[in-house]
Amino acid sequence: MRTRLQTWSLLVGATAVLALPMTSWAQLTQADFETRIGMESHVGNITGHAKDAKGDYRRYCVVCHGDNGDGNGESFPWVDPKPRDFQLGIFKCRSTPTGTLPTDEDLFNTIARGMDRSNMPQWSTFTKQERADLVAWVKHFSPRWTNEKPGTPITIPPEPEITPERIKAGRDVFARVQCWKCHGVLGQANGPSASTLQDDLGRPIAAFNFTEGARPKCGDTDRDIYRIFMTGLDGTPMPSFADNIKPDEAWDLVFYLRTLMKQHSKEKEMAKQLGLKPVDPNAPAGQQ
Amino acid sequence: MSTSTRSRVSRLSFATSLPVAALVLVFLVLTASQTANALPAFARKYGLRCSACHESWPMLNYFGQKFKDNGYQLMNDRDAPIWQNPGYWPVTFRITPIWHRVSTGKVQVDTYTAGAPDGGQAVQRVTSSGFDLSGLDFHTAGTLEKNFSFYLLPSSDPTGAFHFEQVFVRLDNIGGSSWLNLKLGRFELDNLLSEKRILTLTGNGGIYQTYHFIPVGDGNIFGQIGDNQLGLEYMGHSVNDRTRISAALISSSDGNVNLSTGANSYTGFFTGSQAFDTGKLGVQRIGFYAMAGEAATYYLTQGTVPLGGSGISNKGFSREGFVGQFYFGPHVDLTVVTQHGSDNPWFGQGYGNAILTDGNGGTTATCTSPAAGCPFNNVPGTVLPAGSQSPTWNGYTFEGHYVYSPQLIFIGRYEVEKMSQQADGAAYTGTGANGITGPTPSTFGNISTYTIGFRYNPFMTSRAGLAWHNEYNWLHQDGTGPASLSTGALTNINSSELLMGLDFDF
Repeated sequence: MRTRLQTWSLLVGATAVLALPMTSWAQLTQADFETRIGMESHVGNITGHAKDAKGDYRRYCVVCHGDNGDGNGESFPWVDPKPRDFQLGIFKCRSTPTGTLPTDEDLFNTIARGMDRSNMPQWSTFTKQERADLVAWVKHFSPRWTNEKPGTPITIPPEPEITPERIKAGRDVFARVQCWKCHGVLGQANGPSASTLQDDLGRPIAAFNFTEGARPKCGDTDRDIYRIFMTGLDGTPMPSFADNIKPDEAWDLVFYLRTLMKQHSKEKEMAKQLGLKPVDPNAPAGQQ
Repeated sequence: MSTSTRSRVSRLSFATSLPVAALVLVFLVLTASQTANALPAFARKYGLRCSACHESWPMLNYFGQKFKDNGYQLMNDRDAPIWQNPGYWPVTFRITPIWHRVSTGKVQVDTYTAGAPDGGQAVQRVTSSGFDLSGLDFHTAGTLEKNFSFYLLPSSDPTGAFHFEQVFVRLDNIGGSSWLNLKLGRFELDNLLSEKRILTLTGNGGIYQTYHFIPVGDGNIFGQIGDNQLGLEYMGHSVNDRTRISAALISSSDGNVNLSTGANSYTGFFTGSQAFDTGKLGVQRIGFYAMAGEAATYYLTQGTVPLGGSGISNKGFSREGFVGQFYFGPHVDLTVVTQHGSDNPWFGQGYGNAILTDGNGGTTATCTSPAAGCPFNNVPGTVLPAGSQSPTWNGYTFEGHYVYSPQLIFIGRYEVEKMSQQADGAAYTGTGANGITGPTPSTFGNISTYTIGFRYNPFMTSRAGLAWHNEYNWLHQDGTGPASLSTGALTNINSSELLMGLDFDF
């Protein structure tokens, strides 16, 4: 009996402890933010100050991200994908491993790059100082930035030379880690799991369609694409494949993904010359 | 609101005191205002507030300028209409109910004795005030497809008489390059300080004098860079819009339709600018513009009546200057525009505008010379009077803002236009088109004007715009008042306007 009581007490206590941070996030107020108004960001030799970004946030960002940074601005009902909830401190575009905070530079780049296929424009009109200030302002919304440090950026090896063999190898990786389940065998975002995808908040979310000509959300250079699937897009069903794909294989996959994209590329030309066929979901492992 | 429409705000009856009670009432209403439900076209499309693109609506900020330069696209691959709800209608209405008080000094009026005109004249100040309306603008703009943009702006005067203020289609990012964009139609020239997005509304303060200055008596109306023009524009810019260039080929018609002017007269307009990142101060921009063109001075006639579209005997003119947009942190900015203008001597003598402004002599068979009230038409055999020379001048515009918040902006502007060479030089002996006999005094026609005001937006949403607008303008011009009744000397003229209104769009 005593043991059962202890067990229940332990469970209740653990639940309370686990729920505490969530409760505090849900009830974050201006007073909470004020305690973090001294938040800084550091990008190169620029130091951003949260307090200096208040005006820009109000002018440009608040309509979507909301006064409290919870993504619940007045445009929330009308835009899709929904605006980021800064209070959670979870970000798609990072150079850091999944589950960790992004670097200041990651946020800095996201502001300027914007998010293709969303209502987040490219805010490249800011000065670097203004952007750094906004990064600090974004950080001041979440207690994660006071309790944790950003992750260490992943190491990306130098990009190898593109060869037909690497493109074929990339197709094998595409099949092995089952990218096609969401993105479809032709990259058209119509895989068997595509219609079931939800983000961490339970909202429907679409897989990236490689064939429409859109830029990947977190950048469209080869290194950006490498980074996307090796870090994952936190908060979405797109996981990190850092444990499943070796660095060299990752480059192969980058080259293969280029063949699926609408934009003209060297990889696309090579695939055409090879007569490369899409992956066969039913083929035995290693026999694509 | 188009400037041309704004400047048509009529001037009504006189009241000597400010209706304080009405002001208080308006203030109370405004401060108690809640979010409106109407939908400005772009804000509704993208879910952004007015403040994202406008320093204060309708004046663009840097982000808004970039949006415009991209062909009204955010470039996030959601710009094509296919991404919008089928019920989306890209239209914004804008109109401004106002109260204003207009005062013009030295108006020559008839005098009466025993209820009948006595043939005499007096000079007095005329002041009027009253409630009024601006014209109405229907702004419809957006994308027909990704990288195919349009703008259509039917605009009326306060009586409801419509015209097409702007109409154009723009091909954006041709070949995937932000450096290749083409626009065809009637559009505002690529002025960094846009007159069509001016923050002030009075008759004289609602335009940039530097963009419209014409020496008194000069017949060249075609060099007004503030007016919408008909033509083709090339525009290119860097992806972040730091570098911008443009070149436009326009008809020398001052935007008038129906080939009403010269048979083959065109004008070129060129701009370039570069922006610089200056840290906490903001992004600074400096640039230049140059206009060079020709316009007709001789219109073929039928029964001495000039024929529209028949203008020949083109003469040249030019306008060039620098533009600087300087930011001093998040609250204070200053824009400076300079201009050096020069017209061919024929324009200086009143030739060039026989079609568009002539309203009397040119329609009669007996019309033979400008002195008889005929249009100045450079018919064969016409000779320039001795002492005629190119009128030249310099203009400066300084406009500063204090942006307290996206919802409250204070505006101050000072403009000065100074003749550096009159059309009627030292050797001139006759009576010129400006009505002066002999050489024209060096300061004749100079303008100086200042405008101050503020605009307060009681709410700021992505759905509608409302500004409580308050403004005062004062304008002075040298020598254009009625001649002194006692000495015959030229007199200066001063006018002023106080305006308060509710400028709204939805």
